[in-house]
Amino acid sequence: MAEVNTDDGGGHGKHEKKRAKKSSTRIDMTPMVDLAFLLLTFFVLTSTFSKPKAMEINFPADPKDEKDRQKVNNALTFIMTKDNGIYYYAGEFYPPNNKDGKPSTALVKTDFSKDGLHKLLLDTHKPTIEAVHELEEKYKRKEIADTTLKRLVNLEKGKKEALTVLIKADDKATYKNVIDLIDELNVCLIGKYAVVDMMPTELELLNATNK
Amino acid sequence: MSKIKMPKSNPSLDMTPMVDLAFLLVTFFMLTATARISEPVVVDTPSSTSDKLLPENVILVTVDNKGHAYYNINNYDVRMRTLERMATQYKATFTDKEKADFAKMTSFGVPMESLKQYINMDDNQRMAVKSPGIPLDSLNNQLGDWIQFGRIEAAKQAKEQKDKAEKAGREFKYEPIRFAIKADGNANYISVKDIIKVFTDKEIYRFNLITNLEKGDE
Repeated sequence: MAEVNTDDGGGHGKHEKKRAKKSSTRIDMTPMVDLAFLLLTFFVLTSTFSKPKAMEINFPADPKDEKDRQKVNNALTFIMTKDNGIYYYAGEFYPPNNKDGKPSTALVKTDFSKDGLHKLLLDTHKPTIEAVHELEEKYKRKEIADTTLKRLVNLEKGKKEALTVLIKADDKATYKNVIDLIDELNVCLIGKYAVVDMMPTELELLNATNK
Repeated sequence: MSKIKMPKSNPSLDMTPMVDLAFLLVTFFMLTATARISEPVVVDTPSSTSDKLLPENVILVTVDNKGHAYYNINNYDVRMRTLERMATQYKATFTDKEKADFAKMTSFGVPMESLKQYINMDDNQRMAVKSPGIPLDSLNNQLGDWIQFGRIEAAKQAKEQKDKAEKAGREFKYEPIRFAIKADGNANYISVKDIIKVFTDKEIYRFNLITNLEKGDE
């Protein structure tokens, strides 16, 4: 009468007859396991876990004339070229023998390493970075709310004195270089940057420098 | 006697917990999985520290390492209507079946002239064929038209849904369509710039550039 129930009972009775019945109630689960693991493997292999990440960027509308581009104070211009090369100059661009009699701009070479670009940006952008860190400290001490923090950080980044970065690339630079640079700017809390076209005079200088 | 019998029952071990676990995992993967869609081109996107997710409702332009452009828009209906508008613009005709097939496809990178032929291929042929990219020069700016029509149709559809929802007294969360560029890291920047130019010409200034999340190795 209790033949099937012996499973639950467990401990009592070790008669041979019951034992034989006991094994017959077991179903062979191997095919089911096979199937389960087959499906499992299939879904593991076909599923894409990481959703694509994206960075949002605004591109400027085409500037109205050449003068608009140059009227940037406290600017740093990066020029990217072949073989992951990257050059920069600070301030305005003066071609050789310019009308204003200013010394012509020279391009300085840097690279994507930690001591190159990263250090340069940190040094040039120090006041803003410090201000932002101060705000974050304040937020940590619960002196300001998080929305306020966001607003103030954006304000700090967009300040007139804050560093403006112009990104230019020649026809041999890769897309990866540009993304790397933009990413580095984001890391260094630079809020004002733009990807713009290169001026012919700059291209001349670049070609002369980068032989 | 019983001592000898004991090992006899042992070889069949209880698999129930294993099956439980296996099916649990199967269920989990089934529910979380979004099937990997076969794209006509593999793009190795550069990495960045941005951890923003790509929005769902998006017009995606893919740029491969040779600078060819591919276009994709997710929504089935919008996709179909966009094709219809493109067909009138470029004086091409598509059967209903071709339209439906097109709506089910993913990214494509062929000009309008060979689109019909491309739609009629099966998946394997499509993977094998080399896409020349969608033309985007100023004389034959098909990519610009695709973007423009896709955008108009998406806005139209959103409005229709909104009206419907309002009639039914439901709330409707309007999500404007976004624009994304997925470019290969080794693509020339100039070719990506050309694509951006197509967007800015249509007065679209904000994009999502698709990147991989950088592994923190510092």
